[in-house]
Amino acid sequence: MELIYLLFIVILAAFLGFELIRKVPATLHTPLMSGSNAISGITLIGALAASGGENNVLTTILGTIAVAMASINVIGGYMVTDRMLSMFKKKKKED
Amino acid sequence: MEGIELLINLAYALVAALFIIGLKLLSHPDTAKRGNLISAVGMFIAVIVTLLHQDILTYEWIVLGCIIGGGYGAYKAKSVEMTAMPEMVSLFNGFGGLASLCVGWSTITGMDAFGFATAGGFVFTTVFLSILIGGITFSGSVVAWGKLSGKLGSKAVIFKGLRQLSIAHLVGFLVVGALFVNNPDSDLWLTCAILLALSFGIWATISIGGADMPVVIALLNSYSGLAATAAGLAVNNTILIVTGLLVGASGIILTNIMCKAMNRSLMNVLLSGFAEPVDNAQAITGEVKIMDAQDAFYILEAAQSVLVVPGYGMAVAQAQHAVRELQMQLENNNCTVNYAIHPVAGRMPGHMNVLLAEADVPYELLYEMDEVNPNMESYDVVMVIGANDVVNPAAKEMEGSPIYGMPIIEVYRAKTVFVLKRSANAGFAGVDNPLFFKDNTQMILGDAKETVNALVREFGDS
Repeated sequence: MELIYLLFIVILAAFLGFELIRKVPATLHTPLMSGSNAISGITLIGALAASGGENNVLTTILGTIAVAMASINVIGGYMVTDRMLSMFKKKKKED
Repeated sequence: MEGIELLINLAYALVAALFIIGLKLLSHPDTAKRGNLISAVGMFIAVIVTLLHQDILTYEWIVLGCIIGGGYGAYKAKSVEMTAMPEMVSLFNGFGGLASLCVGWSTITGMDAFGFATAGGFVFTTVFLSILIGGITFSGSVVAWGKLSGKLGSKAVIFKGLRQLSIAHLVGFLVVGALFVNNPDSDLWLTCAILLALSFGIWATISIGGADMPVVIALLNSYSGLAATAAGLAVNNTILIVTGLLVGASGIILTNIMCKAMNRSLMNVLLSGFAEPVDNAQAITGEVKIMDAQDAFYILEAAQSVLVVPGYGMAVAQAQHAVRELQMQLENNNCTVNYAIHPVAGRMPGHMNVLLAEADVPYELLYEMDEVNPNMESYDVVMVIGANDVVNPAAKEMEGSPIYGMPIIEVYRAKTVFVLKRSANAGFAGVDNPLFFKDNTQMILGDAKETVNALVREFGDS
């Protein structure tokens, strides 16, 4: 049963992803990519348990590497996306 | 502890909703910034509630990882040049892949004999997948980063036996995968799996030429999401699965858009290294007309409407600010200026748009290929700045050409075309460009930034 639920989640999330991203205009494709860099840093969640759990040395090392790598994505990804999106401006009103 | 577990899962559901809202707001430049912020809030919540989890006992390693990673990420985000975005995104894809590889791996390093006996084949399959996809993403992205940043040559590296090597890798995945799932406590098959994944990522990326990089980055972006999904399946975490798939879908859609824009299938891009070069069936005849900036200025001064078609050369010359200056001068002269962006202009999807946004060009002036092509005749002057293949009429006219069939911005139909180019050589794809020989084309040779600045000065003096 567990597996069936997972399958449901996978299918629904994939379709949702396609529908959401399809609407992103070409102008925003670079921020979309850096933004999805940031979101894929969600691996951080999985890494936390490995890094901070009561584990053997190898697991802790792997976990800590994963935490560092995923943090690069999360922090760097959101910051650079924000920096880019701040540049997109409308035409200034003629006065 | 049931209560905490429930709380965490409820919070994850909220986080998924925030990510979805964030992506939805990304569908318009006005709301995109807010979307990014909402998505970041989602990530913050996800991290905080995960730290409440009972399994997490010590925080020092987590803090160490966060400080190193976060510090480096913040530094890169602040310091990166907009022209270098493709390299950075590809490097970040690689880090994402490595993170998923480590997470997948760490689920089995902690297992004791009892764990191995009870975990079941599904867990080990997902561990294998996260190591595989994560590893390919990592090494592939590092190679892509090397190519984009010029640390490795940008040409496709092709040698005899590349196809056999790839097939050997694919067979290896199946064999090693099966052996690993059946003997998950064996270090041998684990090591084989990691090495195989890393090696495949290198060969698969190194054989792809620089002009196809937008496709590769988009694809690796997708892989980094799929790797997160695989890691999520391995550690049984729903939010990882869902979020990874959102990213995976995003990368696949972008890959598809890029491939369509080059009229090639994904397979053709990935395997193009194996293809025989095509002979140019037709020789191009005619003469290239070269114009200097001053003469170009006289034509621009009389123009009512100008279309700018930027390409990677504009990024290399850092000419976007000069182009914006010229746009303002032209507008003061009662001329309308538009920009036409080909989907594969630059080295990643949307690269030109970001560069122009950086130079304060309002995004309403940017048009896609399909929007400008029908009105091409109405433009007095088209300025092609550092673009070549995306405006090459060979794609329409010359059946033997390697780019035949690729949709292009049909600038040759405009009244006058200026091509700003360093030299009259062939473009990145190594294809001759008949556009340079058309009657209505004038070449303005030299560094794009200097040429545009010269034009701006002419306007200033008049």
